[in-house]
Amino acid sequence: MTDHSQDAIMADAVLSEREDPSQLAGMLNNRAIFWGGALLILFALIAAIGPFLTLDPTELNPIKRLKSPSAEAWFGSDFLGRDIFSRVVYGARVSLVVGIAVALISVGIGLILGLVAGYVRVLDAVIMRTMDGLMSIPAILLAIALISLSGATLGTVILAIVIPEVPRVVRLVRAVVLTVREEPYVEAAIAAGTRLPLILKRHILPNTIAPLIVQATYVCASAMLTESILGFLGAGIPPEIPSWGNIMSEGRTYFQISPWIIFFPGIGLALTVLAVNIVGDGLRDTLDPRIARKI
Amino acid sequence: MLRWFKPRNLSAIAVALSVGLGGMASTDASAESVLKVIPHADLKNLDPIWTTAYITRNHGYMIYDTLFAMDESFTPQPQMVEDWTTSEDGLTWTFNLRAGLKWHDGADVTAADCVASLERWGKRDGMGQQLFGAMESLTAEDADTIVMKLSEPFGLVLESIGKISSNVPFMMPARAAATDAFEQIDDYTGSGPFVFQKDEWVPGSTVVYTKFDDYVPRSEPASAASGGKIAKVDKVIWTYFPDQTTAMNALMAGEIDFFESPSNDLMPILDANPDVTAEINDPLGNIGFSRFNHLLPPFDDVDVRRAAIMAMKQEDYLAGAFGDQKFWKTCYSVFPCGTPLTNDVGSDLMRTGDIEAAKAALAATSYDGTPVVIMQPTDIPALSAFSLITAEKLRDIGMTVEVQAMDWSTLTSRRALRDPVADGGWNIFHTWWIGADVIDPMAIAFSGNPDAGWFGWPTDAELETARTAFAKASTLDEKQELGAKVQERLWAIGASGQLGQFFTPVAYRNNVEGLIKSPVQFFWNMSVE
Amino acid sequence: MYLYLLKRVLSTIPVVVIVVLFVFLMLRLAPGDPAAVIAGDYATAEDVERIREQLGLNDAIPVQMYRWITQLGSGDLGTAIFSKLPVTTLIGQRLEPTLLLSLTTIVFTVLIAVPLGTLAAYKAGSWIDRFVMLFSVAGFSVPVFVLGYILIYVLAMHLQILPVQGYKSPFEHGFWIFLRHMVLPTMTLSVIYIALIARMTRASVQEILQEDYVRTARAKGQSEFKILMRHALRNAAVPIVTVIGLGIALMIGGVVVTESVYNIPGLGRLVLDAVLARDYPVIQGLILFFSFVYILINLLIDLSYTFFDPRIRY
Repeated sequence: MTDHSQDAIMADAVLSEREDPSQLAGMLNNRAIFWGGALLILFALIAAIGPFLTLDPTELNPIKRLKSPSAEAWFGSDFLGRDIFSRVVYGARVSLVVGIAVALISVGIGLILGLVAGYVRVLDAVIMRTMDGLMSIPAILLAIALISLSGATLGTVILAIVIPEVPRVVRLVRAVVLTVREEPYVEAAIAAGTRLPLILKRHILPNTIAPLIVQATYVCASAMLTESILGFLGAGIPPEIPSWGNIMSEGRTYFQISPWIIFFPGIGLALTVLAVNIVGDGLRDTLDPRIARKI
Repeated sequence: MLRWFKPRNLSAIAVALSVGLGGMASTDASAESVLKVIPHADLKNLDPIWTTAYITRNHGYMIYDTLFAMDESFTPQPQMVEDWTTSEDGLTWTFNLRAGLKWHDGADVTAADCVASLERWGKRDGMGQQLFGAMESLTAEDADTIVMKLSEPFGLVLESIGKISSNVPFMMPARAAATDAFEQIDDYTGSGPFVFQKDEWVPGSTVVYTKFDDYVPRSEPASAASGGKIAKVDKVIWTYFPDQTTAMNALMAGEIDFFESPSNDLMPILDANPDVTAEINDPLGNIGFSRFNHLLPPFDDVDVRRAAIMAMKQEDYLAGAFGDQKFWKTCYSVFPCGTPLTNDVGSDLMRTGDIEAAKAALAATSYDGTPVVIMQPTDIPALSAFSLITAEKLRDIGMTVEVQAMDWSTLTSRRALRDPVADGGWNIFHTWWIGADVIDPMAIAFSGNPDAGWFGWPTDAELETARTAFAKASTLDEKQELGAKVQERLWAIGASGQLGQFFTPVAYRNNVEGLIKSPVQFFWNMSVE
Repeated sequence: MYLYLLKRVLSTIPVVVIVVLFVFLMLRLAPGDPAAVIAGDYATAEDVERIREQLGLNDAIPVQMYRWITQLGSGDLGTAIFSKLPVTTLIGQRLEPTLLLSLTTIVFTVLIAVPLGTLAAYKAGSWIDRFVMLFSVAGFSVPVFVLGYILIYVLAMHLQILPVQGYKSPFEHGFWIFLRHMVLPTMTLSVIYIALIARMTRASVQEILQEDYVRTARAKGQSEFKILMRHALRNAAVPIVTVIGLGIALMIGGVVVTESVYNIPGLGRLVLDAVLARDYPVIQGLILFFSFVYILINLLIDLSYTFFDPRIRY
């Protein structure tokens, strides 16, 4: 029975991009992962090592405020005289941490919930209805409200972005589980008396890995953008910790006087998200979700 | 069904739609003059007695009138009052209302309305409470006469009922004034020069006022809040913009006429625009405060407070938050510089502005490293900046500091808590008062009574004695002496850090005329050519 | 079909209940409540307590929840704490701009993205294809507000061909003035969705173009255009529409930012303001409203499948 649920259709559409017999795919595959990955590694390096080489991003210098980029301050200074180059480099760290943490945590939670929902009938309804409920609350609003609830720190921001991302992962995993369960070799395994944990580990889990990895990259990109929007709306990470989002938020009033405050973090964010997306595409093309293809 | 999407049919539909909808374009109202304003904040609620929010006060000035009003020299002038007499012992005041005053619904304004309004105001406002505390009775003798009997001399009668800023004793119909002072009114009838169009109010976005044709202005020229309030436009529309850049662009593109508080940093662009005038309209400016919590360690120790104040260099705060020096000046009196009570007593403390000296002073105290929690409102850029600057200075002098970011709403809830930090309490928050609100010792910001005072809760009996005496003082010399005493005590106990005086500009298109110089923005007397 | 509808409607009830519970609890547990903001600078602790009493914020949470639910039962979404207007009135005032902005965005997106994606699929491997793919990845990566500022700066301030900000209702000011004010916000909001949908369209159409029946149609001599319209798009419609539906659900975040930047008095800003001010009734009412809309859209999308793909029956 073909499943006309939206999940199935979505999964199908996403994965069908893989079926590209033209030369393009071959070229893109290697290129994508190569260039995207290279860019990401560059940013990761900057994020990791950069902070040791830059000035203090929180040091205030009100007299030297709003200076344009110069030899002294490569990216200029903001309205409190803080060095923007240092803040952008520190911000890279925050954005990457947020993106990766959200991706890992949401995929982790989503995997567990999705496996349970797919396999244990009784809990399926409960879990899926809860996920539906979560999905019907606009993510940004949920994040803002959650942050208001528990105060703004790096941890709560990550949590606030994770929660709206989980339902999608759960639906994806559940869809995979539901299909794999029907496969003859799984039925055979059950008939042979293999116990549940082993079935999960040996048959179901491997099929979820590929779509999950792809999904994780998209979640990572989306999380970085969401963090910047939260920062922009004033509901994100406290400005003492520079993140690309809150640097841009603090700089929005000065857009037409000192556009570099928004420009540099904006470029950094766009490039990083771009890199993550490209890597995701490349991964989707190379990993072989044969079973998932059938969903 | 797919037939609908054939190009031929689609274009027919498109044409029909555009003709139909285009034909519904309204013919612009004939010769109606409209003043389009961007207010400094969103008008969230409409009761200026219930809340002290400046935006609600401004709304109040549009639709209500007052018995007395401040002029440019901070002297209360009669507004709704025609004349008044004081008994020889100064205890009985008789006020006669002007003739022809009407409410927006056509009814006459009566003394009974005014009495009810004053009573409601007296329950909330600090000065009002002082006044009513010294009052024996307040009655409406007839339709036009109000009689106030004091039980003891009170030197600020006219200054309190002619207050220019929150809470302003606006006059409302008795039925509205009968509302409990802790609940909001829901009847917005006033007797002021404009009428509030309730049906057109979109909270968070738009407020519409129309001219009240039956308003009887005084004959004197307008001077700050006093004088003739002549509405020279038919309509005033307030549109709140959440984004400063967009607001500025809208003004420059001619989509808006008046921008109440552009960020100082936008001034260079506004100045450069030939169609726009940007200037400072408020001679008193605003005073920044760094407020300590006197109940919790480490700022329960007066020496620690004073050491912290020594580190606060006004120039750093002002430059950091407001940029160009033409928008701020240092001011070491607790009263706004340039006002009658400004003085220098005890100000050396604030003048220090030296990290090393502060560090030494701190080392001499028993400060043990208790973390200082600073509440940082990230949605108010100036206060956010102040918080960060204070954090850095305190760290430089050797204190442990934790900056907690939050929005203004959360801050206003938390600052009311006297609990220990672990239970949600706080050590420092920053804010500002407009100059008019801290112009004399009666300001709640200067209270030394922790039970009835401002957040922070300092205790000082001498301070309170001086303030109470000020209320009874009658000559300028007495007032200045007491003002100096109050300031001396405030510095002695390190009540707050005073961060200096800053001025927010206004910006408007060149075809707008009649701007009134005043600490509060008024929209009568203004016209659009 | 009607049985299906009924089942769907019934199954949404537990979802809504969960949403309601979640939101309600979350708000009540949040630090900061409207009482202190309302009380103002002169308030004593007693004043704040009084206001809290009046607003009913001190009652036990189950009591407050019960009160709210019975209110809901009579169609009353509550009254805003600050403006004292009914929440339904506030929604009514702000619904039109958000709705029209969303509609123009969807229409604009589909009009651009579907042809773009189809073209890219048709000319797979060419520079058009690469451009579309590049654009679709890049479009995902730019923060909405940066794009907004740039567009305003270039098109409204420099070239001065469009207004800077604001919303003008088509019913008051006519269609063309409405459209002029909608151009920049729509463009800003659409970029992400054009990227997403162009890509989905490309993927789906490309897959179909490899199917046997397309080869047969070509062999029969059908024009390329007819093949694209009748076979490719028709069959690709289902995933495309699904993505559109998902996009709508995700749109609120972008709408909030766009409304802030372009000063459009819509629901997005209303919610943001309400959250920052802790105006509980408004937040609760709005989240409930959004949930209903989301559920409704989902239902419509699923129903639309029957229109596009006659094989799908409920």
